[in-house]
Amino acid sequence: MNKITSSIAICLLSVALISSCKQDRKLPFYGERHAEVKKDAAGVDKIDTVYQTIPAWSFLNQDSTLITNTATNGKVYVADFFFTSCTTICPTMHRNLMTVYNEFKANPDVMFLSHTIDFKYDKPSVLKKYAQKLGVDGPKWQFVYGSKDSVYTLAEKSYLVAVGEDSTAKDGYIHQGYLVLIDKDKRIRGAYDGTKQDQVEQLKKDIPLLLAEYKK
Amino acid sequence: MRKYIINFIFVLSVIVIIISCQNQQQIDLQNYMSNGKDIYVAKCQNCHGEAGEGLGELAPPLTDSTFLKNNKTRLACIIKNGLNEPITIHGKVYKEKMPAFPELADIDVAQVMVFITNSFGNKQGFVHYNEVSKHLQNCK
Repeated sequence: MNKITSSIAICLLSVALISSCKQDRKLPFYGERHAEVKKDAAGVDKIDTVYQTIPAWSFLNQDSTLITNTATNGKVYVADFFFTSCTTICPTMHRNLMTVYNEFKANPDVMFLSHTIDFKYDKPSVLKKYAQKLGVDGPKWQFVYGSKDSVYTLAEKSYLVAVGEDSTAKDGYIHQGYLVLIDKDKRIRGAYDGTKQDQVEQLKKDIPLLLAEYKK
Repeated sequence: MRKYIINFIFVLSVIVIIISCQNQQQIDLQNYMSNGKDIYVAKCQNCHGEAGEGLGELAPPLTDSTFLKNNKTRLACIIKNGLNEPITIHGKVYKEKMPAFPELADIDVAQVMVFITNSFGNKQGFVHYNEVSKHLQNCK
């Protein structure tokens, strides 16, 4: 009898331990980092890690309105790079992202930001039509257009997504299908292959985790 | 007794041959379906979806059996050459351009066509690739 009680206790304890471990799971930080010495409230020097952040940007959105990085202030957002005439990975990426969008539609702290890499053709009016046909309306999911230089630099240096023109590719451009998760402090906290369903499911689980970090 | 066994084997093999002949089309259909599925996943699924459900108004679903039936001789042309005119699927108009797939050989077109027209709730049966080749020669 004693043996049974103790084994039940051990089981319960390990279950509790495992579940508490899960709750503590924190998303990683991506990109470059460096240490900075800062004085805390008491005036004592403390070493702090500073992570890579998304710099300021300003683009035209699907309504031909200029939007800037301030639109993402106080929000967790998912960024990606695509173009409307893409017939390869983009439809899959946006089909999958659409399910994420629908899941967090009612959450004002979540946003979506899709950058076109087709600076020649994807003017705001084209983006608007694309968004409507995809079934997206409203400011929660922004489709933005910018100069080649500004978008490509932001993609490669800040979001760490490879993009490029390629005349040998079927649609004229090549790019990676990552959905990049950015926290409220504009740090990169996740990158998910938007063409793979299991990774998109992971993104759906990670967004609430990230939001929970700010609920203290 | 020996004679009996030999006769039995003879009759049995004749029956087997007849059955396998009758099933040749069945076997072809299975081949086309499995190869067609691979082509579908590689070339079509990103827009038309895993279950042929389409993508918003960007890509039509492949579940309109009436459309597929009425356009039987045109399907191969659409698969190979794409489409640049509006079409009505399930009563809804789709205007986006479909890209061409010139890299597909006639047999590939036939296999993916048979796969589509016998999946997602469609059931149009087998079409041999010789026939599909004829369709492709008469594309507009």
